[in-house]
Amino acid sequence: MFSHLRTIWLTFLHLFKKKVTIEYPEEKVKLRPRWRGRIVLTKDPDGDERCVGCYLCAAACPVDCIALQATEDENGRRYPEFFRINFSRCIFCGYCEEACPTYAIQLIPDFEMGEYKRQNLVFEKEDLLIDSEGKYPGYNYYKVAGIAAGVKAKGGGETEEAPVDIHSLLP
Amino acid sequence: MPVIFIDNISYNVKAGKNLLEASLALGLDLPYFCWHPALGSVGACRQCAVKVFKDENDPQGRLVMSCMEEVKEGLRFSINDKTATAFREQVIEWLMTNHPHDCPVCDEGGSCHLQDMTVMTGHDYRRYRFKKRTYRNQYLGPLVHHEMNRCIQCYRCVRYYRDYAGGKDLDVFAAHNHVYFGRESDGVLESPFSGNLAEVCPTGVFTDKTLKEHYTRKWDLTMAPSVCQHCSVGCNTIAGERYGSLRCIQNRYNSEVNGYFLCDRGRYGYEFVNSENRVTKPLLRNRPIEAVSEQELNNHLQVTLSTGSLIGIGSPRASMESNFALRQLVGVDNFYQGISEDEAYLLRKIIGVLSSGTVHSASLKEIEQADAVLILGEDIWNTAPRMALSVLQTVRKMAAADATLQLKLPQWNDAAIKEFVQQEKGFLCNITLLNSPLDEVAASTLRMAPDDMARLGFAIVNQMDASQPAVDNPDDNLLYHAKSIAAVLQEAKRPVIISGVSVCNEGVINAAYNLAAFLTSSGKSAGLCYVVPECNSMGLAMMQAPSFDKAVRRIEETTDTTVILIENDLYRSIPSEEVEYFFKRCKNLIVLDSLFHRTTEKAQALIPVASFAEGDGTIVNYEGRAQRFYQVFMPSNPLIKETWRWLKELSLLRLQKSNGHNLHPDQLLAELETALPQFSGINQTAPAHNFSIHGERIPREPHRYSGRTAMLANQHVSEPKPLQDDDSPLSFTMEGYKGIPPSSAVPFFWAPGWNSVQAVTRYQEEPGGSLKGGDPGIKLFDLNGKQPTYFKEPPEAFHTRQEKWLLLPHYHVLGSGELSSYTRALQELSPAPYAILSANDAKRLALAGGANIRLSVAGKNYTLPVQLKKELPDGILLVTAGLLGADSMNWNSWIKVEKV
Amino acid sequence: MTVLQHVLIVLGVLFVLLNIAAGLIWVERRMLAMWQERLGPNRAGPFGILIVLADTLKLFFKEDWIPPFADKWIFITAPAIVVASVLMGFVIIPFTPTIIVADLNVGLLFFLAMSSLGVYSIVLGGWASNNKYSLLGALRGASQMIAYEVFMGLSLMGVVMMTGSFKLSDIVMAQKNMWFIVTQPLGAIIFFIAGIAETHRLPFDIPEAESELIAGYHAEYSGMKFGMFFIGEYLGITLISAMMATMFFGGYLGPAFLPPWAWFFLKTFAFILFFILLRASLPRPRYDQLMETGWKVLLPLVLLNILVTGAVLLWLKG
Repeated sequence: MFSHLRTIWLTFLHLFKKKVTIEYPEEKVKLRPRWRGRIVLTKDPDGDERCVGCYLCAAACPVDCIALQATEDENGRRYPEFFRINFSRCIFCGYCEEACPTYAIQLIPDFEMGEYKRQNLVFEKEDLLIDSEGKYPGYNYYKVAGIAAGVKAKGGGETEEAPVDIHSLLP
Repeated sequence: MPVIFIDNISYNVKAGKNLLEASLALGLDLPYFCWHPALGSVGACRQCAVKVFKDENDPQGRLVMSCMEEVKEGLRFSINDKTATAFREQVIEWLMTNHPHDCPVCDEGGSCHLQDMTVMTGHDYRRYRFKKRTYRNQYLGPLVHHEMNRCIQCYRCVRYYRDYAGGKDLDVFAAHNHVYFGRESDGVLESPFSGNLAEVCPTGVFTDKTLKEHYTRKWDLTMAPSVCQHCSVGCNTIAGERYGSLRCIQNRYNSEVNGYFLCDRGRYGYEFVNSENRVTKPLLRNRPIEAVSEQELNNHLQVTLSTGSLIGIGSPRASMESNFALRQLVGVDNFYQGISEDEAYLLRKIIGVLSSGTVHSASLKEIEQADAVLILGEDIWNTAPRMALSVLQTVRKMAAADATLQLKLPQWNDAAIKEFVQQEKGFLCNITLLNSPLDEVAASTLRMAPDDMARLGFAIVNQMDASQPAVDNPDDNLLYHAKSIAAVLQEAKRPVIISGVSVCNEGVINAAYNLAAFLTSSGKSAGLCYVVPECNSMGLAMMQAPSFDKAVRRIEETTDTTVILIENDLYRSIPSEEVEYFFKRCKNLIVLDSLFHRTTEKAQALIPVASFAEGDGTIVNYEGRAQRFYQVFMPSNPLIKETWRWLKELSLLRLQKSNGHNLHPDQLLAELETALPQFSGINQTAPAHNFSIHGERIPREPHRYSGRTAMLANQHVSEPKPLQDDDSPLSFTMEGYKGIPPSSAVPFFWAPGWNSVQAVTRYQEEPGGSLKGGDPGIKLFDLNGKQPTYFKEPPEAFHTRQEKWLLLPHYHVLGSGELSSYTRALQELSPAPYAILSANDAKRLALAGGANIRLSVAGKNYTLPVQLKKELPDGILLVTAGLLGADSMNWNSWIKVEKV
Repeated sequence: MTVLQHVLIVLGVLFVLLNIAAGLIWVERRMLAMWQERLGPNRAGPFGILIVLADTLKLFFKEDWIPPFADKWIFITAPAIVVASVLMGFVIIPFTPTIIVADLNVGLLFFLAMSSLGVYSIVLGGWASNNKYSLLGALRGASQMIAYEVFMGLSLMGVVMMTGSFKLSDIVMAQKNMWFIVTQPLGAIIFFIAGIAETHRLPFDIPEAESELIAGYHAEYSGMKFGMFFIGEYLGITLISAMMATMFFGGYLGPAFLPPWAWFFLKTFAFILFFILLRASLPRPRYDQLMETGWKVLLPLVLLNILVTGAVLLWLKG
C-alpha cells in the first residue's frame, strides 16, 4: 500500500524534471556514425564501385526489399547492373550491411527521406551510390580476392604468391 | 541386410555399400569431396573420416575413410567422435589455406559443396597467415568458365571428364602442391559433356559460362522441373528463371534417364527462350500494321476458321497436349504430322514394333546395366548424346563387373577397379557410317552403308538361329562379323540394341527389331532403343496421323483450306520446294510458334506461343516414357500462352461459344487417353493440377528467395498479387510445402546444410538410386510376352552408282538441334554447313579436302565445302543436317554431285 | 427560477461538461507526458490544445463500421447509454448555490442509480459485438460494477448519517465548518477507489485491458461510436471528481476571494489530475486481485466505517 503511494508520489515529482523530448524540426538530433539510417553504396579507395553484386544483402534482407542484377565488365570485374532498394519496405535493420563482404552497402546517419509519393521511395543505383568510402576507408575487395578483375594481376595481391609455373616440377 | 551401429544407434543398411553411402542414405550428415555416387570412391580427399571400433568395448577406435570401408554386419563406427570431427575440420582447414577470398564473386557461392562442407565441419577461421598459391586460368570455350585458384585438388573433374565421359583434353598437370586441372593449352573443351564439370566440381573452378552473363544465385531462381527439348532422350532438367528470363538449366536427377549428367546441348541450349527472335505479338500479314491485339486477332480468326475446310499440321517438338488440342480443333481426319512421309514411315514402323509388346524398350539406366551393346547405324554421339554417355558407362561397368567378381571388389571402389581393369573393355559393337568417339571404347567398330548394316543385322540373327532369314550373297567379311557378334550376343544376359532413324533406312529398323526380338524370345532381358529426331517425335508418331505428304495431296484437291500449323519449321524437315507449293495452295495459314523462322514468315496469321519454360506439357521420349515439363515462369506478356491453350480458345471461337471454364493440361490428357487408348496412363506422369500436400502447394522458389518486394518496385511501388498457377501443383512463391514433393514435381534439390547439387542424395532412396517415391515418367510401351513377328526380307547389298551418291544427313551434337541452334553459345560451336565424301569418291571426282561441290536437290542448288573421310563407305554423300537455316534435303535419295 | 433560467442552466451545464470532457483529451495526454518527462501534444494550436479538434475530426472521419456479425441496434445504442447515464449523474450536483439542475432530496440515491446504469453500455456493447474478447470485457465490467457499486454507496453512508440528508446541497452546507474528509477519511478513500473502478479507469480498466483483451468491450467499435465511449469515460472522471469535491471537500464552499464556481472547478480539477496521475503511475491489478480487494478488504472496511460513524454519532448525541 505504501509502495503504491510512493509510486504515485515519485511519478508526480517527474512533473518537475527536465523533459527529454527533442522538438525535431527546429531542434536536430545528434546521430552517431553507426546510426542505421539511409542505405548507400560506397566506393573503394580507387573510386570504383565497391559492390560486386554477390546478392548477399538481398538474401539477408528480412523484408526482401533489395533487388539487383550482377554483371561483369570486360576485365571480369563484377558490379551491379541495377541495384534497387524499396525504402517503403525497408526496416533499417542493417542486416544488409552485416552481410556485405565488401563494405559496399552501408547505413548512414540520415533519416530525413520522407516523400509524398511512395514511388519516390524506390531508390535505384544512381540514388544509392555515393562518392565516398563511408565508414570503412581503405578497403578494396578486388585487391584481396582470388580473381583478376583489372585491379591486380593473378597472384598480384598482398596475400598471394606469384602464379604457379605448371611446367616446372621443382618443389 | 546387415545391421551397423553409428554412434551406438543401430541401423539396417544395404549390403555392399560403403560407410559413406550408408550414412548418407540414412540422412546423416557426413562431409566428402572426392566421392561421387556416379564416380565411386578413391579415398583421396580424407574428408569423410569416421572412427571405426572393433566392438562396443573398444575405447580407442581407428580413423578410416568412410568411403573406402565396406558395410559389415555388426560394424560400429562414430561420425561424431571427437577425433574424427577434429580430423575433418583440419582437412578443411588445410584445403582452405589456399582457397581464395572469392565467394562473393564466385558463381558457385550459395550452391557450393565446399561452402557446405566447411560449414558442416565447423571450420570458420583461417589461422594460416602465409600467402596463397595462385594459378593462371585457361579459356575453355564459350560454355565452361575456368577459375583455377579455387581448386581444392579433389580430382573429381578429371575422373569425370576422362574416366567417365571419355574426354581427352582435360587433364591434371604439374606436381606436388602445384597440380593444375585444365587443358594442355587454351581452347574449347572437346567433350560435349563438359558442362557437367560445373556440377561435378565441388567448388567454383568450373562454372557455367552462359549463366555468368546473367548471373543469379541458386536461391534467387524460380525453378521448375522440366524436360530437355533438344533430342529424343528426354533428360530431366531443372530450369531456373529470374527477372523474366531463363537463367540456367541444371540436371534433375532421374535414375532411369539422365542420372547425374546432361549433355551440353541440353544444358546450354536454353537461351533461345530469351532470344530477340521470339514471337511476342500476334501478327496478321499484309496489313499496314501487322502486330495486332488479341481482340483483332480473334475477330480475324473467327471469320477465317468458320469458312472453308480446316486442316492441322502437328509438330514433333510440340507437347502431347498441343498436338492433341490441334487434333481436337481440326478433327481426326484433318490432322497431319508435320514430318515427311519417309520419316513418318520409319516412325510408324518403330511404333509398330515397340507397341507390339514383343521387345522391351530400354531406358538409359538399362543401357548402363547391359552386358553387350550393339549400335546399328545410329550416330548416337551426335543424335542422342546422353545415350552415348550411358554407353560409355556400359562398357566401363562391363569391365568392372569382371573385377568385382574375380577380386570381390565392391563396385564403388573406383581406384582399385581402375587398376585392375586397365585397358579391358566391355562389349560394344559400333556400326555407323563415320568414326565416332565411341569407337575408342568399342570392342568392334564397323563402317558400312545402311543397307549393309541391315544385312549384317539379319545375318547375326541368322547366325544365332538358322531358321531366321539369311541374306543373299553374303560376303565373307559380313559373315565373319555376323558370327563373332552373334557369339557375344548369345553369351550376353542383358544385351541392348540401339538403332534409329538418322540413317533413313527401313532395313536397319527391321534388323534391329529382329535382333532384339530374337534375343528377348531366347530368354534374355534384351533391350531395344530407337533414336528418333525430336523430343516428342515418338508421341506425335503414336498419334498415328498421316504425314505431311498426305496433307499436300489433300490440299491439291481443294482451294479453300485453312491450315493451322503448330511449332514446326517445315523447311527443316521437308524440302523447300514442297513446302512452298503447300503454302501456295492453302487459303489461309495460321502458324503458332515461339520463334521466328522461315515458316512463320509465310504465315498469314502468326500467334506467339510459350516455349517449354513458359508453359506446361508432356512429351514422350525415345523409349516411350511420357514426362511432364512444368511452366518455369509466367511471361509478363499475356499473349504468350501454351499452344494447347491458344488452340482451345480457337476452338471456342470457332464454335462461337463464350469462354468456358479454365482448361488444365491434366484434363486434356484425360481426353487424350479416352480418344487414343495407346496413351493410357499418360495422365499419371504428374500430379493433378489441384494436387496439394496438407493444403500446401510446392513452391518454385527456395525459402531464401530474395527481392520479392523490390524486383518490380521500379514499375510500381505497390506489389502485385503473387502469380497464380492453376495448371500444376507448383506455386510461384517461396511459401508452401517444405518437405520432399512427389518425384515428378521436384523444382529444385535442397536440404538443410546441403545447398549444392549434392543435396540430391536427400531425395534418393540411396545415393545413386531412384528418387524417393520412384523415378518420374510413365512408360507407354509394355512387354507382354507375345510371340514376335520377324521381318523377313533383308535388303540387297549396297552398290555404288555411277555419277550418283546416296544422300544422307550428318548431325552435329552442338548445332543440329532446332531450338538449341538459336542460342548464342552453341551457335559459336556449331559448324558451317559442309558435305562429306569418302576418300575414294573424292578421287573419282578429283576433289581435294576443302574444295567445294555443287549438288542439286529438289530443284535447288547448293554449294558446299567438302570434307574427306577415309572410313565412309563409297557411294554415300553426307551433308550436315539441322544446322541453323539449313534446308531439309531429300534424304536417302540418289543425287548428282559436281565439282565446282 | 423561471423556466428559461432552468433551460439556460441545463444547456450551460451540458455545454461546459462536454467541453471539459473534450478538453480532457488534451489535458490527459499532456499530463501523462509531463509525468513521463515528455512534452506531449504541443503542435496543433497554442500548447497543442487544438489536438482536441483534430482528434474529434479524426473520429468523425473514421469509417463508422458495424461488424456484420454484430447485433446492429444494440451495438448502436450501447455507446449512447454510457454518455446519457453519466450526464444524468450531473443533474444533482450543486456547482454553485444557484447552479444546480435539480436539487432532489434523494440526490445521492439518484447519483448511485445513474452511475450503476452505466454498466449497461458495457454489457450491451460487449455482448452486441459478438466477439469473445468483447464479451469477456463485458462480463468483467459487470462483475466489477456489482462488486464496487455496493460499497460505493455504503462509503457515502457515513456522510449521509452525519448530514442526515441525501440532498447534495444539504451535504455541501453541512461542510461549512469542516470538510467531511476530516471526519470521514476512510469513506472518502473508499469512495474514490470505488469511483475509479466505476469509471473503469486505470489501474482498474479491467474490462478494457488492451494487453489481455485487446480493448475488451469496445474492440469492435470505431469512429464516433468509439468516441462516445471515449467521452463517456472522461465524463465519468469528471463526475466522480465532482462528487469527491461535493461530498468530502466542501463542494463550492471556499474563501470568498474566489467565486463558488471557481472553488468547485478547482477542487474537481484537482481530482481529475489525480485520476490522470494514477494512470501514469500504477499498473493494472489482476482481475482476481481486484475482486478480492473489493469483497474481502474494502467491503468490511466500509461496514466498519458505518459502524464507527454510527457509534460516534450515537455517543455524541447521547
